[in-house]
Amino acid sequence: MIKRFQLCFLCILFIVFVYSSRAVAQYDYIDITNPFLCKIPVAIPVSNAIKGTEQEFEIARKSSDLLSELLDFTGYFQILDRESFLVDPRISGPVGLNINFNNWITVGAELLIKGGVEINDDALKMELRLFDTVKQKMIVGKRYKGRINDLRNIMIRFADEIIFHLTGKRGIFTTRIAFISTGTGNKEIYICDFDGKNAERFTHHQTISLFPSWSWDAQWIAYTSYAKGKPDLYIRNINRNNSTIVSKKGINTAPAWIPGSLQLGATLSFSGDQEIYLLTEKGHIIKQLTQNDGIDISPSWAPDGKKFAFVSNRSGSPQIYIQQMDSGKVRRLTYEGNYNTQPAWSPTDNKIAYTAMHGGEINIVVMTVDGSGPVQLTYNSGDNESPSWSPDGSLIVFSSTREGQSRLYVMTAFGTDQRRLLTLPGEQFQPEWSPGIEH
Amino acid sequence: MQKKIWINMVLCLIIPGLLLTVSCAKRPVKSQPAVTAPVQIPQMEEEDVITSEEAERLRKPEDQRIEEQRLAEEQQRLAEEEQRLAEQRRQAALAERQKFMNQDIYFDFDKSYIRLDAQNILKQKAEYMNQHPEISVIIEGHCDERGTNEYNIALGERRAVATKQFMIRLGISADSMVTVSYGEERPADPGHSESAWAKNRRVHFDILQ
Repeated sequence: MIKRFQLCFLCILFIVFVYSSRAVAQYDYIDITNPFLCKIPVAIPVSNAIKGTEQEFEIARKSSDLLSELLDFTGYFQILDRESFLVDPRISGPVGLNINFNNWITVGAELLIKGGVEINDDALKMELRLFDTVKQKMIVGKRYKGRINDLRNIMIRFADEIIFHLTGKRGIFTTRIAFISTGTGNKEIYICDFDGKNAERFTHHQTISLFPSWSWDAQWIAYTSYAKGKPDLYIRNINRNNSTIVSKKGINTAPAWIPGSLQLGATLSFSGDQEIYLLTEKGHIIKQLTQNDGIDISPSWAPDGKKFAFVSNRSGSPQIYIQQMDSGKVRRLTYEGNYNTQPAWSPTDNKIAYTAMHGGEINIVVMTVDGSGPVQLTYNSGDNESPSWSPDGSLIVFSSTREGQSRLYVMTAFGTDQRRLLTLPGEQFQPEWSPGIEH
Repeated sequence: MQKKIWINMVLCLIIPGLLLTVSCAKRPVKSQPAVTAPVQIPQMEEEDVITSEEAERLRKPEDQRIEEQRLAEEQQRLAEEEQRLAEQRRQAALAERQKFMNQDIYFDFDKSYIRLDAQNILKQKAEYMNQHPEISVIIEGHCDERGTNEYNIALGERRAVATKQFMIRLGISADSMVTVSYGEERPADPGHSESAWAKNRRVHFDILQ
């Protein structure tokens, strides 16, 4: 008995060792410096129906479609057309390990995802495997058990595994996006999944609510609302209904949380001048951060929390500055054009995305934190505003009037693959991507 | 003797003849009162049914009655005139109030200083507030849709505060004015042209109370 246990333990140790060493080795699949230039071709054939029932075939097709959509959203992959595959689209029986990799190389696949679906009443069992067709080996394999309703969650978890094994970072599949929508005739805050699905209303103030900001643990949202007739700051735990309200004289607006702590910055004007203050999640002022006549607004913290970018008109027009938290030292970043606002510090890189008004156009631009090499990501496509990074730094969500009304769009950090995130009644603005939620 | 008989006979003829002519002549005489009598009788009957009040009035001399009526009419006319003037004054006050609220002042793009054209309007507003010391106002700062929402909330506040400061310099008490910024959230003109933007870069006065 003990021998058997030891053997099992050794096996597990071996698997963990092999898998983790592999995981590290696999990072070169996706070149982080510009992963979107050369997309990896991946084949996702319809999963096997293990018992061969019609219901299994249907769920098998659905699951493979879902996985294709999820992986396509990341921008890393080229999802190959199933029509070109050299296999039967309806396979019953268990998922075998004897794969003719040459067939998949012939259709251009560098990665292959195979799966099996088994359904007993309402219980769903799924087996999913990711293969490298060139090296002819499995990269990751997982088994999931749940109900038929859990299908999307199961596919999301496997997609997350795939991204983790290919990039070394957790994906965006468990993240959410807060935004403003005018569907009810008022500006209310909504929250949807990372891919625009499952949008739900978050505020019910029936007035103007703006600027949602997620805390680092994704448990709190701070925002601005006119519920009491003027712009006040609301700080709310997403699992509770009551908010802390900061309602000082003047404006109380544009909150931004600090990474790794329950503190946030916001612009208050009770002193007669608009300055950025540091607050607790209970709305108490810790200290005043900026000190300058004129507008100081829209802070966005660096991942280390030691410095923040913000907008000031101290030079005569709105420009982006960086201030050190400890020394208070301020450095101007933008010099091109007369209107640069809405800085968003990348959660992973030394980059800041912002909104630039240039020659009558409003566009999203990305620059390095020393102010060098601004790169414009949107062109000739209406007004583009409010950039917000996905927590892995790979995607940017923003609002655009390119189709007339203001809607939400997603693009890669390099400006490629621009597409609409969702379709809802009314207009949508100010998307804010949540940090990664661990599971 | 025979003569006497003739006279008697003639008399016998004449008297009944006279009698006859008299009765014939009397008939029309009799019939005249018979025609007037029915006119007089209903008159008497009417007098019997009128009320005592009217009887009183009727008893007053006619000219006094006319004078009283004239006075009453005059009084009503004056009251109506008074009412009309009051309505006119009310309309004028309302129009003045409407003008005070509807006449916005405008700003240059990304600026919050009070332009010359705006200064004249604010002087009129200050005059109105001096004439109506009982009112207090809310001064709303607005921006056009260009630029970004966060910055525009701050810019809208600077416009509202600059306006309030200007009113204070014109002698208006700071206590009767509050400011609020709506940024670009409540445009007056929903268009996307320069003319719409110019209308939206504004400060609007609203009367509280």
